[in-house]
Order: sequence, then structure tokens, then C-alpha cells
Amino acid sequence: MLSTSAQTAETRRLVLTGSSTVAPLVSEIGKRYEKLHPGVRIDVQMGGSSRGIADARRGTADVGMASRGLKESEKDLMAHQIAQDGVCVIVHADNPITSLTHQQIIDIYTGKIDNWKLLGGKDKPITVVNKAEGRATLEVFLAHFNLENPSIQADVVIGDNEQGIKTVSGNVDAIGYVSIGTAEYDSEHGVPIKLLPAESIPASIKSLAEGRFPISRPLNLVTLGKPTGLAKDFIDYCRSEAVHDLINAQRFVPVAR
Amino acid sequence: MPDGVSRQGQHHRIREMLAVTCIWATAIVVSLTFGWILLDLLRHGLAHLSWAYLVESPSDAGRSGGIAPIIASTFLIVAVCMSIAVPIGIGTALLLAEYSVARSRFGRFVRRSLDALAAVPSIVFGLFGSTLFCIYLGMGFSILAGGLTLACMVLPIFIRTAEEGFRSVPDEYRRGAAALGISRSATLFKIIMPSAMPALVAGFVLGIGRALAETAALIFTSGYVDRMPESLFDSGRAMSVHIYDLAMNVPGGGKSAYRTALVLVAILLLINGSASWLMHRWVRHGAT
Amino acid sequence: MTSSMRRDSSPWRADTALIWTLRLLAAAAAGIVLLILVFLLIESIPALRTIGLVRFFSDASWYPLSDRFNMAPMMAASLLVTVGAIALAIPLGFGSALFCRYYAPRWIAGAYRRMIEVLAGIPSVVFGFWGLVVLVPLVTHSLIAGILILALMILPTVALIADASLARVPEELIHGSAALGLTRWGMIRRVILPAARCGLMTSVILAVARAIGETMAVLMVCGNVVQMPKGLLDPVRTLTANIALEMAYATDTHRSALFVSGLLLMVIVGLLIAMAEWISKGRIYA
Repeated sequence: MLSTSAQTAETRRLVLTGSSTVAPLVSEIGKRYEKLHPGVRIDVQMGGSSRGIADARRGTADVGMASRGLKESEKDLMAHQIAQDGVCVIVHADNPITSLTHQQIIDIYTGKIDNWKLLGGKDKPITVVNKAEGRATLEVFLAHFNLENPSIQADVVIGDNEQGIKTVSGNVDAIGYVSIGTAEYDSEHGVPIKLLPAESIPASIKSLAEGRFPISRPLNLVTLGKPTGLAKDFIDYCRSEAVHDLINAQRFVPVAR
Repeated sequence: MPDGVSRQGQHHRIREMLAVTCIWATAIVVSLTFGWILLDLLRHGLAHLSWAYLVESPSDAGRSGGIAPIIASTFLIVAVCMSIAVPIGIGTALLLAEYSVARSRFGRFVRRSLDALAAVPSIVFGLFGSTLFCIYLGMGFSILAGGLTLACMVLPIFIRTAEEGFRSVPDEYRRGAAALGISRSATLFKIIMPSAMPALVAGFVLGIGRALAETAALIFTSGYVDRMPESLFDSGRAMSVHIYDLAMNVPGGGKSAYRTALVLVAILLLINGSASWLMHRWVRHGAT
Repeated sequence: MTSSMRRDSSPWRADTALIWTLRLLAAAAAGIVLLILVFLLIESIPALRTIGLVRFFSDASWYPLSDRFNMAPMMAASLLVTVGAIALAIPLGFGSALFCRYYAPRWIAGAYRRMIEVLAGIPSVVFGFWGLVVLVPLVTHSLIAGILILALMILPTVALIADASLARVPEELIHGSAALGLTRWGMIRRVILPAARCGLMTSVILAVARAIGETMAVLMVCGNVVQMPKGLLDPVRTLTANIALEMAYATDTHRSALFVSGLLLMVIVGLLIAMAEWISKGRIYA
């Protein structure tokens, strides 16, 4: 089935499915696009990055959304990056620790260090928060710290970023990792979490935008082959300067062209 | 009074006091827990809740603006759901309650299937609904697909409650009708159903509650689009999906999630209150 | 019982048309779960063929991306959470129903019933969220957190259906018991509860079904660590939470394996239903 946008006489509709991280951003961009192009419908659906890629391939959706890069087996598809997201380690705000080295984080997650006192903190067991298998954030984390998931000793496994934040902010002894944008937004709005720097680079949207922050992942729109028509127009719009404010509002970093 | 009798009397009195204490304790524990949840909702959601919230559209990924299209979508999805579930449900319940087929293999098979249906996880319903209604039957992400999927989830509860209602209609009604030479269909529709109305309404209310509470199944069927729906084939975001998105997906969406939850609670109160009031009027003004 | 009324042959043609319509509707209702089973089977076949059924219980652990597919700890978690929730919800639910019917003054009973009806309609995500923010700081991500939240969620089902069946107990039984001088509790225990037995079993069955199938709330509060729980405070992952967590990002074999877990759940449900039928020797279908 060819990937075309449904074009009826009056309304033209574009269907995007995929990552729930990218969905709110593309939904907002879509609303702005609809205002500029009356008669166009941009329908955004969730379902996860794999769903987005599978749908783009099958033609069930016009465009897929993925919160990661394409794998080797997915090289028949084209990825169009629209933003960048960072992954940072967080602890509770009341935790005396202010930074951890690369090796310390690896040791915490593999269970070699299991008490905060070994790092100069309180005498409390560390609650390790990990993400569920297959998640893009997990894969970025594993790749950066050169770990395999089976070797991680987790005390809590979470799905969404907000779940991770609620878990860490509700437990003084917890450590976890989430998307930088979400963490920064929440900590600015009073949620008791602390973003730890990665290799001495502070974790913030700013350092990510400057290209200094080392742990990051792309947010992509995925198509089967080169996009045409409405799909091409919309993807170009998503990558244009006109939507940089929306990308910033969602706490991601626009991609410099 | 002989010793044995007064000792027994004491025994009963202790039992009675114990029962009263336990029952009241249950009620208090449940009420306190519910009160806790409601207080939490109110504390975080009441601020900035205004009438505007009900008529505006969401903006800034739902963090500001209102939920008007979402309320509309929810209403449509539940309407589709109940329009399918009620006829099928009443029909099945009638068959199971009124005809000897209930004891037969077919009747037992229907019952077991419905019990199993009630246990299917909501996410499996979502995947099933997505495959059957959205893809196979070509409805795409749509309110119709969502409503149909929800109808599958609501059927077991509704049928069970309706069946119980039909069973408890006194036999004399049926015998009287037969003696008067009334046909089975007329008996069912003019005599039995009206007198089972309280149970049917109770099942209806339970069904709506279940439909409004469902999240995972709707994400995959009626979808995520928060535009005002223009037809049943449009995708529409239900309130439960909106709450999920705001609470778990959108950073800083927590406050708005609480607000939406409060509106949902208010709608529930409205529906349940009206159903209750309707039933009182029905019963008082004579059903048969 | 209307046994004497069961004449399926009837001189009116409308009646014949009616019964066939009803049979059709009932068949449609019953057919849905069959469709779902077929769907689960079709999607599970790739995994069953590649991995084989035995490995779902014998592998070292559950790390699908590293080719390990042991589901046993998650199955145990699902069962334990359900059993625990039922153990809590049944006394509280029946107690609530009895409270509304026989112990509370009219206006309190009405308000209480309204409150339970509202509880029945609150989305699972709200329960999960509340659990995550209020309950988890108290009892940590654990089996007990899942049990408590789940009990809260299925309580309204038990209470409302039990309440409705208590309402249908014939008045003569109550008047007769009162005339015989039974105490209120005596009457409830010996006369009313047995008379409402069918409806009460219905509420239990539907509550168990809801408990097994609940996804979102247990996902948020149970901790989602795949392990056999050794105590109430251990984090666990149920089969439903597993499907919800991993489905969005799973491909091919992993995805198919998740469908196998869905199929496994249905098998468990089938066994539970068969057990329930056997225990009551068919009486629950009165």
C-alpha cells in the first residue's frame, strides 16, 4: 500500500502515529499548521515508536514518529529529525549528592554500590529506578554507559518519564534517569528533584542546545521513501524555524539546519 | 428467666453489636479513602477551574485552555458504546433469564464466554479493537471504533445485572400474562422489562462508569486527536486518555489532569443522580 | 424460578421471530471473546513457534531483548495481586452493600451509594496516579501497594452489584424473619445472604475479572520489577502491566511473546471460571 495522504475534495488529512514523547509536540505543530492551511487535518496518534515505524512501513499511517534513531533493520525508511532530547540522571532534591562520576553511575546501576554512604551521602540503601525494555531512553542510557540491561539491578521499573519523576521525587533514596526537558520543567515548577551533571557538564536544555551535553537522542519523523505532497510539506514545516517556539515550549531542542 | 435463654440472648446481642461495629467500620474506611482521593483532586484541581474550561479547546499541549472537544468526544464515544451494548445486552439477558435455553449447553456457553470477556485486560481490548475495528473493518482511529470496543467491555457487566433483574421479576406476572393469553413478546416488553427497570438502570449506570473509566483501550481505538469531532469517523480524545496524557506524558500537565478528573467526577455525579431520579419517578408513577 | 413458564414453542409468530433474534444477539455477545482468543492466538504463533511454550517458564529471567522469556514470576504476581485485592474488596464491598441496605439511615445510604457509583467511574489512571503520589511514599512500590489500589478499584463493582441483589430479596423473607424474632445480623447471615447468593457470586466473579484485567493502576504502583515476590513489600510486575509497558516499543518476536502472555492470562481466567463452577456445582448459574 503506497504511503499517500488521503486527499478528498475538501479536506486533506495526514495521519501520524508513534512515540508518545513526540506526540504532544507534533500535535501542537499540527494545530498551528492547520490554522495556516485551512482544510487540512493533521491527526496525531500514540502507540509507541515501534508502532510508528511499523505503520510508516505498512502505510497504515502517512508518517511515523520515533523518539530514537533508526536501527539497522529499519534502513529502508527515511528519518527526518525535528528535535533533540537529552537524558539525564536525577536524584531527590534532599539528597546531599550533587554529582556522580561515570563509573559511579555504572556501579550504582549494576548493584556494586548499593548504599548512599559509600558515595558520601546518608546511610540509606539506594533505590535504583530503571526504564522498561525497548524504551528509547533506556537504550540511550545503556549505550552511553556501555551496559546491558540484564546486568542492571533495578528496584523499580517505570514506563513514562513522569512516572520516573514522581518515583524519584517521592523517595529520598531514589536515583533514576529521564528526559532532560521533563526534568528541567518539573524541577523549575517545584518538584523536589535534582538533575545531575554528566561528566561535569550541567544537565540543562541550554547545555544540550550548545551541543555540550553528551547523552542525547533524536526525535524523528519517519517515512517510507522520500515524502511527497502534504507529508513533505508538513515535515518541512516541522523542521522550519517557525515552530522553534513550540519545540522549546515542550522542552526539547530544535535542530540547527 | 432460665439461665440458658438469657445466655443465648446475650450471645446474640454481642454478635449483633459486633456486626454493627464491623459494618459501620467498613463504611467509614471506604468513605475516608474516597474522601482522601476526592480531597486530593479538589486540592490540586479546583484552582483555575472555571466555566471557560468547559467550552474552550486545549492549547499548549493541554496545559492551558479547556476541554470542550474532549468532553464532546467522550460523550460521543459513550453514546456509541451504550447504543450497541444496551440492545445486545438486553437481548442476551432476556434469552438467559426467560427461556429454558439458559440451562442448555448454549446458555452455559454464553455465560462462560461473558465471564471470560469480563476478564480480558484493557490493553488487550485496545489491541484487539485496533486490529478488528480500526484496521480490518477500516474505521481507522475513530470514535466509532472506540465506542464499539468499549461496548465489548461493558457487555458482561450489563448483561449480568440485567439478567439478575429479569430473574427477580415475580413469576405471578408471567403466569398472569399467560392466563390472559398475551404473547411472549408482549409479556417481555410490556410487563417484564418495565418491572425490571431498576436493575436495567443500575446496569446502565455501572456500564457508563466502566466506559468512562477506560483508558488503555481507547488510546488505540478512538485515539489522541483533541480536535472537536465532526463525525463518528473522526478520531477523538476521551477524558480518560486526556488525563493520562497530561499526568504521565506532558511535563507540567499535572494541574490540568486534576482539573479534568474533577470535571469527570462531576459528570459522573450528574449521570448517576439523573438515573436515580428517573428511577424514582418511574417506580412511583407505576411501572406496570 | 419460571420453570413452569418455559414454553419455547408458541403460537405467535412474533414470538418465534423474537427468540431467534435473541439467540442471534446472545451468540454475538458470546462470540466476542472467541474472536479475541483467535486474535491472541494468531499474534502469538510466531513466538510460540520460535521460542516454544516451555521456555516461557524455564528461562532464567525476562529480558526479551536478550532472548530470555520467563513469564512465571509475572504470572505469580498477577495471581497474588488479584487474590489479595479480592480478599480485601469482598468484605468491604459486601459490608458496604449491607450498610446501604440495612444499617444506614436513608439519607446516609443514598449519599454513600452515590459515592460508590462515582468511585466506579473514576479512570484507572487517576487511581494509579493517586497511588503513585500518595500510597507509594507510604508503602513503597510493592505488591501491597498494588493490592490496595486494586481493592479500591474493584470495591465499587462488588458493592453495587451486591447492593442490587440484596434489593431483590423478596420482602416476605424479611418480614417472616422479623416475625420469627431474628436479630438483624441473624437475619442477614441466615436468610438474606443465602437468598442473594447468586447475585453475590456474580459480583465476586465480575470483580475477579476486573482485577485480573487491570493494567494501568498496577503499572504505576507495583514497581514493575520482574521477580518472584518473597514478601508483601517486594516490587512485582503483573502480566498486564508487562504488556502495557513493553508493547509500545516491542517488535517481532518480543511483540509476539507479549501476546503469548495475554493468551496465558486468558487460560488462567478460564481455569478460574471452571474452578468457580466446580466449587458451586453450577449453582452460580442458578
